[in-house]
Amino acid sequence: MAKGRVSIVVERCKACGFCVEFCPTKVLALSSAFNSKGYHPPHVVHPEKCSGCDLCGMYCPDFAIYATKVLAGGGDR
Amino acid sequence: MPGSLINDLGNPVEPFLRSDRMPHIWCPGCGIGTTVNSFARALIESKIDLQSLALVSGIGCTGRVAGYVKLDSFHTTHGRAIPFATGLKLANPKLNVVVYSGDGDLSAIGGNHLIHAARRNIDLKVICVNNLIYAMTGGQTAPTTPDHSITSTNPYGVFEPSFNLPHLVEAAGAVYVARWTTFHVRQLSRSISEAFQKKGFSFIEVISPCPTLYQRRNKLGDGLDAMKYYKEKSKVRHGAPTNEVGLTMTGEIVVGKFVDRDRPDYQTMMRTQYTESLGERFVEQPEMVCDCS
Amino acid sequence: MKADPRGVLTGTHFMDGDHACCEGALAAGSRFAAGYPITPSTEIVERFASRVPTVGGTFIQMEDELAASITLQGAVWGGAKAFTVTSGPGFSLMMEHIGYAAMTETPCVFVDVQRGGPSTGLPTLPAQADMMQARWGSHGDYEIIALCPNSPQECFDLTIKAFNLAEEFRVPVMFMMDEVVGHMTEKVVIPAADQIEVVPRRHTRKPVDEYLPYATNGDLVPEMAHAGEGYNFHVTGLTHDEHGYPNMTPQIQDKLVRRLQNKIRDAADRIALFEEEQLEGADVVVVSYGITSRVAQRAIEAARERGLRVGKLRLITAWPFPEKKIRELAANVKAFVVPELNLGQMVREVERAAAGQAKTFAVSHAGGGVHNPEDILKVIVEASRCQAA
Ligand SMILES: Cc1ncc(C[n+]2csc(CCOP(=O)(O)OP(=O)(O)O)c2C)c(N)n1
Ligand code: SF4
Ligand code: SF4
Ligand code: SF4
Ligand SMILES: [Mg+2]
Repeated sequence: MAKGRVSIVVERCKACGFCVEFCPTKVLALSSAFNSKGYHPPHVVHPEKCSGCDLCGMYCPDFAIYATKVLAGGGDR
Repeated sequence: MPGSLINDLGNPVEPFLRSDRMPHIWCPGCGIGTTVNSFARALIESKIDLQSLALVSGIGCTGRVAGYVKLDSFHTTHGRAIPFATGLKLANPKLNVVVYSGDGDLSAIGGNHLIHAARRNIDLKVICVNNLIYAMTGGQTAPTTPDHSITSTNPYGVFEPSFNLPHLVEAAGAVYVARWTTFHVRQLSRSISEAFQKKGFSFIEVISPCPTLYQRRNKLGDGLDAMKYYKEKSKVRHGAPTNEVGLTMTGEIVVGKFVDRDRPDYQTMMRTQYTESLGERFVEQPEMVCDCS
Repeated sequence: MKADPRGVLTGTHFMDGDHACCEGALAAGSRFAAGYPITPSTEIVERFASRVPTVGGTFIQMEDELAASITLQGAVWGGAKAFTVTSGPGFSLMMEHIGYAAMTETPCVFVDVQRGGPSTGLPTLPAQADMMQARWGSHGDYEIIALCPNSPQECFDLTIKAFNLAEEFRVPVMFMMDEVVGHMTEKVVIPAADQIEVVPRRHTRKPVDEYLPYATNGDLVPEMAHAGEGYNFHVTGLTHDEHGYPNMTPQIQDKLVRRLQNKIRDAADRIALFEEEQLEGADVVVVSYGITSRVAQRAIEAARERGLRVGKLRLITAWPFPEKKIRELAANVKAFVVPELNLGQMVREVERAAAGQAKTFAVSHAGGGVHNPEDILKVIVEASRCQAA
């Protein structure tokens, strides 16, 4: 089961690709959909692989993505 | 996700942002926002009292950081973030004062202030986002622009030598000097936390992409290409002699913590001197904040 | 509010204008100065450097005037009352930060002990040739206040006034001394602290969630917060809205820049200080300020001995220019005579305010000394012979 969950604020994304490139487990890919500014935001392609490390969040220059750790049966830490 | 509880606290950077001012003005693939993430994580990790924190910027793309962080923040004049911050810190020594500005702002027009604040060892944490260019004004040569780069004011290539900022500030007296790139988000965050533990002039250089105005003219790709270059060509060398860490356009980037030393900061030296010379006659500066009745 | 007695050197002293200015700053509650040495102003910060550690405060000698003029503003936002001190060449370097103080509404005092210029000019000799620079030296539209002392006693009294006006209007105040006033030694009486009125900072009492840093009510001057108090406010030299956030539209520009102007212009009568003598029934009024007002006094008296009806108007407030006063006088006098240690600066204002109702005669002097009273007298005589406009 996934240890993390990614949230994407689609409208803030400028499609730089940092999150996609530097996710250690390749959870993300840029989608073919557009946001209202015409950028292709990322979407989750391998949710089960997400560790919740939040590197995507640290890389994102537009504060458009972040991850939360998920603890089985318990709250987040 | 059945069987699991998600307590979504939101993006950890969000509480530090003026969310009502988002989206910011920075270009796609600009590294400045990434440095803000590391800064926010450092604030969380170092458990710094946010009320005591003030952030001072000069002018430039990086200078806009002051307008986006939810802190007491000052967007000053071009080059003068450090002297403004000096006044703020000296008037209220309880403040933690961060200077967040660009390479041109801090080392060209503000270069004199940079070296003198380091010499005096004013207790400031300087974060210098070095995108190797004057970005805000359209991509002119900065004192940090690597040899042979094409800029709008050196259209045939830069021929003047550039500053090696860690070397400069170490020579001037900084007590903490580190360099990272925007690829090194966690290391950068740790360095900022460490700087908060130091008393004195700390300088952290962050090499950061400017796809729009530096890379495009030099056919260096987009922001992601810069990030890949940083990943590939950076070498961590803690304690590296700073005279060996100069930058070139496409060569190795030495990163790491270069200087971590202790010497009394300006206010400590001032107090010591006054106590020694004036004895009983010396009066500590009272809290100046608000003499309003 | 009364002055903090720790900064007040109560007593009768024999001191020069520079030192008196420093004592005025201390009495006004200033505990922070940033400076860079330059003749003939240096004595002010030298005295401050020696006095301030005994009253609790900071002096820092910066690397240049660009630094000094912004360091003091950092100190103000940290809670201090602060000033810087300079002369011509340094004053030129400070111009960008006078604009920054005007735009960000940072209350502070810039002292300019004027010497001859342009450029390095006459380092040790007087002039009054920075008067227009004090008003217009920074780019853009803005208003400042400028005061002109003519004695060491006034260097003390009016420095306090300068700090008080800075706080009342949240504006940079230019304290326009000159080399002679700075270096002349006279009796200076410093009253007891409880006789000195000090204007406190317009510090907000609003709770954090109700505070808008650049919102104003009737008097057009916003309330201020200091760093470290939890307001998380933003200050910028960019055109900004009531939140202090950059907002670069013609509408916001118009609103902001007009308010910055009007908060001073609307109060011009209240800010205007002058000394007047025998204006009633005068044919000619001599308008002067600073050291020149003392030289002009001799000429005025000599003219009166010859039976001429000469009034005196000494400008203590140079900016905002007391144009209402000049306009009123212009309706009743034949002419104004304006001696000053420059080739014609404030005389233009007099002429503008007189608006053709009375004639205006300049008595210019390039600086480096003071006028010969004879030269002023000659123009007074000439002026009193002229046909009423
Ligand atoms: C006194 C003054 N001179 C020039 C400028 C124009 N200017 C604004 S930002 C800038 C360069 C900024 O470069 P840097 O500090 O590297 O910031 P970046 O935009 O690259 O982040 C210049 C020259 C100014 N605002 N003020
Ligand atoms: S949290 Fe870590 S693993 Fe999950 S998507 Fe982000 S970078 Fe990838
Ligand atoms: S890092 Fe941020 S801006 Fe860049 S693609 Fe990912 S979500 Fe979009
Ligand atoms: S011009 Fe360069 S530094 Fe400025 S926002 Fe764009 S990418 Fe960033
Ligand atoms: Mg730059």
